[in-house]
Amino acid sequence: MEENANLERPEAAAGLSRYERVKLARHQERPFTIDYVSDLFSEFIELHGDRNFRDDPAIVGGWANFRGRSVMVIGQQKGRDMKENVHRNFGSPHPEGYRKAERLMRMAEKFGKPVVTFVDTQGAYPGIGAEERGQAEAIARNLFVMAGLRTPIISCVIGEGGSGGALGIAVADRVLMLENAIYSVISPEGCAAILWRSRDEAERAAEALKLTATDLLDLGVIDELVSEPAGGAHVDPGGAAEHLGEALARHLDELRAIDVEELVLSRREKYYGMGRWEEVPTE
Amino acid sequence: MTWFKKPKQKLVSQKRELAADVWVKCDGCGEILYERRLGENAHVCPECGHHFRIPAGEYIALLLDDGFLEEFDTNLRSADPLGFVDSKPYTERVDAAIEKMGPADAIRTGRGRLDDRDVYLGAMDFGFIGGSMGSVVGEKIRRLADRATEEGSPLILISASGGARMQEGIFSLMQMAKTAAALERLAEDGNPYISILTHPTTGGVTASYAMLGDVILSEPEALIGFAGPRVIKETIRQDLPDGFQRAEFLLAHGMVDRIVPRVEMKPVLSTLLHHMC
Repeated sequence: MEENANLERPEAAAGLSRYERVKLARHQERPFTIDYVSDLFSEFIELHGDRNFRDDPAIVGGWANFRGRSVMVIGQQKGRDMKENVHRNFGSPHPEGYRKAERLMRMAEKFGKPVVTFVDTQGAYPGIGAEERGQAEAIARNLFVMAGLRTPIISCVIGEGGSGGALGIAVADRVLMLENAIYSVISPEGCAAILWRSRDEAERAAEALKLTATDLLDLGVIDELVSEPAGGAHVDPGGAAEHLGEALARHLDELRAIDVEELVLSRREKYYGMGRWEEVPTE
Repeated sequence: MTWFKKPKQKLVSQKRELAADVWVKCDGCGEILYERRLGENAHVCPECGHHFRIPAGEYIALLLDDGFLEEFDTNLRSADPLGFVDSKPYTERVDAAIEKMGPADAIRTGRGRLDDRDVYLGAMDFGFIGGSMGSVVGEKIRRLADRATEEGSPLILISASGGARMQEGIFSLMQMAKTAAALERLAEDGNPYISILTHPTTGGVTASYAMLGDVILSEPEALIGFAGPRVIKETIRQDLPDGFQRAEFLLAHGMVDRIVPRVEMKPVLSTLLHHMC
């Protein structure tokens, strides 16, 4: 958290509107989960399935080696072209994706290894099968499990942090966010459709929602803003991975030094502190 | 048919204009009901069993002994952390909601007794900005669950919500994690949590505390889901099956334990708590 020197770079804070950041966060050439996994990790062994219904390709996960140590990596995965997007459902998971993630997090806990998640989804999929199989329950269960997981968790918001579908793998000791990523309770388009009754008002909604990494750092919701190479992560994916890897290594080292009981307590305290309200004097 | 149906409808609209509080039309069967009689039946239509939406206070009266709730945290008020303005400022929406519904925000929480057993109970008010969950709702549930944990008492939450409150942005989303964390603590100590779902329970509320009950009960025909039906329909461009996302659909798919009519809710809770405590 002391490494927020990134914010001092003038181009990080200025120049782009919030909706322009939204577009960057959704850029087709932006590195996705598997790109970061191949740049930053070795010995990746992908593990599949929720042991209940099917494997959800919108969430990938498995064991990997990060700078000499084993970690469990889990992330939402978008497709690079239409064919892959159909396979990956554009990175929008079904309940079985969240349940696979839960299974892998439990496995990491069992073997005392940290969990690293990559968040990049427009949201959990709104479909018939998803509702039939309990999309809400699957996400809720993950929040519950992550709140009490007895091993370190770091989440990296690398692109779109779409609402509950993002949070379902992002309750963590440390939440890192790339400079041009976004994270929001609702998409600007969805918000505009409801509050302004027109999706065309998405730019205004994006401004109102305060969904950029700078905003969320100011609001105390994320722990670190990770700078991207000039022009954005899609211009220099290797450079973006390098920045993210440096931050990951530093936070992992810090978390490994904390006793696991204390870790779980301070994770709970962190989420207990989330929110802003006023207390009026009682009559 | 036509000759007597027409004057009947006309008569109804006149009645409603004259005394809106005396007569109500059932959304389920269209029957015109005497409001006082409906109230005596927990606002369940005696003709078709349709459950009218009721405010938190009425649910509390229905479930707790002597209808008494020792209410907690009534002094919490929504802040406006984002300075959110859409067609009107968020602060104005909150003020209007307080004017209409009272200062409790979208949930009333407290301690009461249910068949002589201490329970910690929260009941949501859909009338307060669509029962949406912002920081106040999250914090009240967090404090309620923590008190239940400290006292070793059961927790009951009655949900009615459109989901997270957009006007508090990311803080609303974080209430999902916060309430789940409090429930995790409650569960760790072996305290029961019963979640009651009423019409409608959707979005971030469903995807957090509402679906985390040891036992999940639902009122009949309540709409329960993650995404709203309109969003799903727009996404998949198909018609939705009959009864989709209704309580009966969730029961059939294994997502809720039981459907319990409102008038039977208290005895069912009482028996469940007897087994679980």
